[in-house]
This record gives sequence, C-alpha cells and structure tokens, in this order.
Amino acid sequence: MRHVIALLIENESGALSRVSGLFSARGYNIESLTVAPTEDASLSRMTIVTTGSDDIIEQITKQLNKLVDVVKVVDISESAHIERELMLIKVRATGKDREEMKRMADIFRGRIIDATDSSYVIELTGNQTKLDSFIGAIDTTLILETVRSGIVGIGRGDRILKL
Amino acid sequence: MVLTGAEIVIRCLQEEKVDYVFGYPGGAVLFIYDALFQQEKVRHVLVRHEQAAIHAADAYARSTESVGVALVTSGPGATNAVTGIATAYCDSIPMVIISGQVPTAAIGQDAFQEVDTVGITRPCVKHNFLVKDVADIASTIKKAFHLAKTGRPGPVLVDIPKDVSAQRAEYHYPKSVEMRSYNPVVKGHQGQIKKALKLLLEAKRPMIYTGGGVILSDAAKPLTKLVRKLGMPITNTLMGLGGYPATDKQYLGMPGMHGTYEANMSMHFSDVLLAIGARFDDRVIGDPNHFAAEPRKIIHIDIDPSSISKRVKVDVPIVGDVKDVLEELIRLLDENTQKQDTDALATWWKQIDEWRSRDCMKYKNSDEIIKPQYVIEKLWEVTGGEAFITSDVGQHQMWAAQYYKFDKPRRWLNSGGLGTMGVGMPYAMGAQLAHPDAQVACVTGEASIQMNIQELSTCKQFRLPIKICNLNNRYLGMVRQWQELFHGGRYAESYMDSLPDFAKLAESYGHIGIRVDRPGDVEGALREAFSRKKDLVFLDFQIDQTENVYPMVQGGKGLTEMILSAEDL
Ligand SMILES: Cc1cc2nc3c(=O)[nH]c(=O)nc-3n(C[C@H](O)[C@H](O)[C@H](O)COP(=O)(O)OP(=O)(O)OC[C@H]3O[C@@H](n4cnc5c(N)ncnc54)[C@H](O)[C@@H]3O)c2cc1C
Ligand SMILES: Cc1ncc(C[n+]2csc(CCOP(=O)(O)OP(=O)(O)O)c2C)c(N)n1
Ligand SMILES: [Mg+2]
Repeated sequence: MRHVIALLIENESGALSRVSGLFSARGYNIESLTVAPTEDASLSRMTIVTTGSDDIIEQITKQLNKLVDVVKVVDISESAHIERELMLIKVRATGKDREEMKRMADIFRGRIIDATDSSYVIELTGNQTKLDSFIGAIDTTLILETVRSGIVGIGRGDRILKL
Repeated sequence: MVLTGAEIVIRCLQEEKVDYVFGYPGGAVLFIYDALFQQEKVRHVLVRHEQAAIHAADAYARSTESVGVALVTSGPGATNAVTGIATAYCDSIPMVIISGQVPTAAIGQDAFQEVDTVGITRPCVKHNFLVKDVADIASTIKKAFHLAKTGRPGPVLVDIPKDVSAQRAEYHYPKSVEMRSYNPVVKGHQGQIKKALKLLLEAKRPMIYTGGGVILSDAAKPLTKLVRKLGMPITNTLMGLGGYPATDKQYLGMPGMHGTYEANMSMHFSDVLLAIGARFDDRVIGDPNHFAAEPRKIIHIDIDPSSISKRVKVDVPIVGDVKDVLEELIRLLDENTQKQDTDALATWWKQIDEWRSRDCMKYKNSDEIIKPQYVIEKLWEVTGGEAFITSDVGQHQMWAAQYYKFDKPRRWLNSGGLGTMGVGMPYAMGAQLAHPDAQVACVTGEASIQMNIQELSTCKQFRLPIKICNLNNRYLGMVRQWQELFHGGRYAESYMDSLPDFAKLAESYGHIGIRVDRPGDVEGALREAFSRKKDLVFLDFQIDQTENVYPMVQGGKGLTEMILSAEDL
C-alpha cells in the first residue's frame, strides 16, 4: 500500500541524511521525499511517499519518531488529505506539434513559462496521476527533459500538523 | 567564566561526575588532553587501541548505573572506535564518545586524518553532533549525556574540531535539557497495565520472559518481587542474565538458540507471555512463523515503541520504563481482588518440571581432558557466584552464560547484539576499574582474546588484577561447531595454527600465566588465581577440542526443534 508520511524535523545539518539513511539501512522504499523549511525557520517539513504492508508502515513511523531530530510524524494518507506535485517539462515545439503542445497544456491547466523557437517549458501541478497522465497524453518522443518535485501533502480541514 | 573549548569539555565531564575517561590521544584532541592533564577529578585510562577504549567505557556503564565516556582523535582514532560504538549501540548501552575532528576550515578538504565521523557513525549511534561553535560545547555535551541515559539508552558521539577546542567562550553548564523533539515515555498507560494484570491472573500457562531492559532500567528488585508474588516461571535472555536470580526455583534458564529445553518449551507453549525489556530477537524465538503458529496472548513492556510488534505481533503493548511499570503492576496486584488461576498454574508447573527432568544441561565430564562446562562450574564455585564475568564471543560465551549462575544484575558483561569478538578483556578492564575490590573474570577463547591482546599492557599500567580464563580449544569453536553440524564437517579456516604460549605471553607483559592441562588441576588453578588479589592471572585451560554447545536450535528452526545433545544428531 502507498502511504504519504509528513513530518516535522529540526532544521539542522544532517537531518535529511538521518531520514534517508534510516530508509536505506532498514530496506524501506522511498518513492519520493521532499523537504523545505517552514514558516518557523528552525523546523523543516518533509513529505515522504513510501509503500509497504501495514506492519512495515507501522515500523516506519515508529523508527522515524525514534530519530532524535524528528519532532512529529503523521501518516496523512490515513484520512482525507491533498497531494500536489510540481512538474516542469521541456518539450520540442515545432511545426504542428507547437499548437498541439499548447492545446494539451491548456487541457491539463498547465502554463507555458518559457518558449523558444523550438521548445516550450510547461509548468504543471497536480497529484501524481495527473502529471503521469499528461506524460501519457503527449507524444513522448517530443519530451526533452522533465523534472518533478516529488509530492507535498497536507491534511484536509482541521487536521493540522504543527508544533 | 571564559574558558577554552577543551577546558569546557573537561568541566562538563566533571559536572557529570565522570570518574574515568578511556581514550587515546592524537593531533585533533591535543587541546583536550592538555586540559585533562591540568586537573585531577577526571582520570584517564590510556588503552592500546581505540576499540578497547570504547569497550572499556561500555563495560564501565554496563557494570554500574553510569554513562561510559571515551575520547579518541580524528580519522583513524574515530574509525578504530566504530566497532566499539556499534557494539554498545546493539546492546543499548549509555555512552558518550568525544572525538576530535580536523579544524573547521579544513573540513571537506581531504585534510590529514579527516574522516566524516558523524556520517560514518550515524547508523550505529543513538545520536551524534558536530560542534561548530565553541559556545555550543557545554549544551551539546549536556544533551549527549541526557540522550545517552534516558529512554532506550545508547551511545552518543560528539565530534569537536580542533580549532573549536582551542577557542574561548563563556562557560555555563545547563541544569536541565529541553528537547521538543525528544520526550521518551516513562510511565506506562494505566489501562494497559490493568489489562495486562487481568490476563496474567487468568492465564493457565503463563510465562515471563525478560531481557536487557530489566538490567538497563535497574529493575531486578521489583521484577523479583513481582515474579515471586505471581509464582510464575521466568526466563532471562542472554542480555537479561542476573535480572532474576538464576539459583531460584522459578527460574528456567536462558531461552533461545542455546537456551534450556524447559525455557524454550515454556515460551512456546505458554498461553500468556509477559515480555519485559526483551526484543524477540531471532536468537531467542527462532523462526517467527513457527513461534506465531502456537496461539498465545503476548504482553510487552518496552520503552522503545519500535521494539514492540517488530518481529512478533503483541496483544497488550505497554510503552514505558520497566521499573516504573513493574512497580505499578505490583501496586495493582496488591490491591487486586481478582483470583489467580492457581490450579492451572500448578498443572503447568507439573508440565514444566517434566521438561526440566530431561536435565538438558548435563554433560559428560572426564578426568582426562578438561571440559569447558566444568571450568565454568568451578569458576562459579570458587568465586561464590559473586564475580563480574565478562566474555568474548563463541562457544566459551555460551558456556559461561549457561553454567555461571548469575543471581545479581550487571555481573554479566558480553556482546549479545553485535557479537563482537575482542570485547572480553576491555570489558574486564572497565568492570575492574568500576569495582576495584571485586573479583573480575574474563571468560574467553584463544581466538577472541587475540583480537585485543595488546590490552595486557593497559592492565599492567593500571594494575588491573583481572583473571583471564582462556577456554583454549585451538579452534574458532563456534564456527567449527556450525561446520561440523551444517557444512559436512569441512572445517574451512576454523583451525588456528601457530598459537602463542599464552602463559609466557602474559608473563612478558609482567603478569602471571598458568597453563592448565588436566581436569584435576582446574580448581586449584582457579583458587590460586583468585587468591592473588593484586595480580592479573592468565589461565590457559587446554580444553576438549571438539566439545559442542547444547542444547541448540538451528538458525531458522522453531524453538521446539532443539538438538539436546550429540546423541540427537
Ligand atoms: C554467539 C551468540 C549466541 C547467542 N545465543 C543466544 C541465546 O541462545 N539466547 C539469547 O537469549 N540470546 C542469545 N544471543 C544474544 C542475542 O543475539 C541478543 O543480543 C539477545 O537475545 C537480545 O536480548 P534482549 O531481547 O534482552 O534485548 P536487548 O538487546 O538487551 O534489548 C533491550 C530491550 O529493552 C528495552 N529497554 C531498554 N531500556 C529499557 C527501560 N528502561 N525500560 C523498558 N525497556 C527498556 C529496549 O528498547 C530493547 O527493546 C546470542 C548472541 C551471540 C553472540
Ligand atoms: C569480530 C568478529 N569476527 C568474527 C566473528 C565470527 N565468530 C563468532 S564466534 C567465532 C570463533 C571464536 O573463537 P574463540 O574465541 O576461540 O571461541 P570458541 O568458540 O572457540 O570458544 C567467530 C570467528 C565474530 N563474532 N566477531
Ligand atoms: Mg576457540
């Protein structure tokens, strides 16, 4: 099962490697991991997308909690939540492909944020499936480069992860 | 008061009432050694290899209730320390290790004797720090001690660049520590404790299984009280020996791979299993599926939530400190009105006594060749069961655990989790320094002892009168046993040629060495050794080369699938 784990961690050097080291040492999967400081500069927030049986996910949250720098851990995928990912995708845009690319970007509510004679950079946000379907929908031979941020996630309504 | 970083380090150690620092100097810690030199409260023990410094500090902690402290230089000093740190980590031993680092400006430049100590040790410490500002030294060391000894204990490393130890700052040692990210649970949940008690009282075939957590939490007293009140059978893991008196009739011996028949059968066929500060290690329960196949309710008390339901699903988890929870259980039991099922318990004891009557620890003694079991039995007699016993890793370790009956906690020092050959002598050093008047014996093998044999020199310098009992079988015995049983008797590299004359070797360091060849001389040699209160005596027992450790549960097998003796094969 796929799970989205959000955590608050002391914003100290080495904190990220403690988390990633834990996953590799114990053989847990990481699909994606994102991290950035929060409005409180002493804290970073991390979103980790992982997969595993219930037992493994239970161990993952326990092991994360055990890290001395980790302040709070929540499996936000246990209840209603929102996930977003940002993708920047550079595509060849010449001839008839140019118009088609623009049309596809519009359909997926993407924005063209850079254009040259022969290429576009399209910015797209959404959940993982939406970004995957965009890639599925365009002619993949036209893709020059893609970069994805990995998932960030937040609980809905009054489910709040804060100190 | 303005002090140098090095002076601050030493002040902090004084503040923590550290008696001994075990270490080895080098360039990156010269300022710290200079500060150490100029005071007398904190004493330094100069070892001959950094690994031994960590082991000795670890043993100091194991044999007392305090935090062990070690000091090493950057680069090779730190890498030599890693085995020791990992050993302490695997057994949850509270330690603070201070390592020197190259100057801050040189970090990342491939400087002389630079390694990423924080990176290398990260997976084998509870936590570690690189101190970049002299003003942070005191608060970091305070945190290090706090982390090492609270919650699930463990080693904490503080890496200090050379320039930081030379700079000056206002010294102030914090009185307490607040860490928003670290708040271990001590008090167990009331509702859960009540549930546990109810289950125990209703149990028809109860079994109590305790481990290192009892020792670490200093809970032997409340444990003994509770177990006696309940009248239930108990087993202690290799790390938990001495948590409950081994000479008591409710004690069934050690469980697991080399545990007793009665302990393993009772673990397996219990209907309620109370696990206390023990982590369902693979050497204890064997194949987890085989173990889980027999239905039983499990209550698990542990301070580390990640130890619970890790290998075995638990029905009543209680997160908290063993001592705290046991005291609460005793209190609830005292005011309890529910009747215990004593009839069922009596029937259960009948079954257990039948298992016991197999006498799985019996061995065939000989008057021609020394049996290792016999040496340990005599060691127990000669020391009145009161000694601090350290061991290395191998068959001798198992025989020591099986045949020395530990009645008190913190008397048995060995590497259970990592299984590190070479700990024996440094452990004896740490224990002897912590208990100068006590009898301290190191039970070892001719291979293990050679992994830190250089410490004979440290023992001379610090006049440590430890007794080394070398169960010399001229084999990597534990390896040879597995090869005999599971690899068709092909003894690949498990025989050591060219062994030294250990008695002479000990003498060359200024100690006493005695070689013992005959069973009739075992007791006399032991008595002679322990009568020499001021001398280190190296007893080199030439034992039966091919003796094996039984009972044995082969790796991956179920707990009830024991080989009880050679006749079972
Ligand atoms: C050659 C060899 C053979 C071995 N054979 C056996 C064998 O036959 N039988 C055997 O038992 N072992 C054997 N071992 C040892 C084995 O590998 C494990 O080290 C050992 O079984 C673990 O002991 P434990 O479960 O008591 O846990 P420990 O490693 O001692 O862990 C302690 C547990 O208590 C918890 N704890 C710590 N402090 C507290 C506190 N204050 N309050 C509450 N909980 C706390 C910790 O979180 C942890 O879960 C062998 C080792 C070697 C090297
Ligand atoms: C550092 C290290 N290397 C290898 C091993 C694997 N090992 C476990 S027991 C053993 C043999 C120990 O021989 P000895 O000290 O003579 O003890 P014996 O088993 O003969 O009593 C070995 C090599 C280990 N535990 N530790
Ligand atoms: Mg040997």
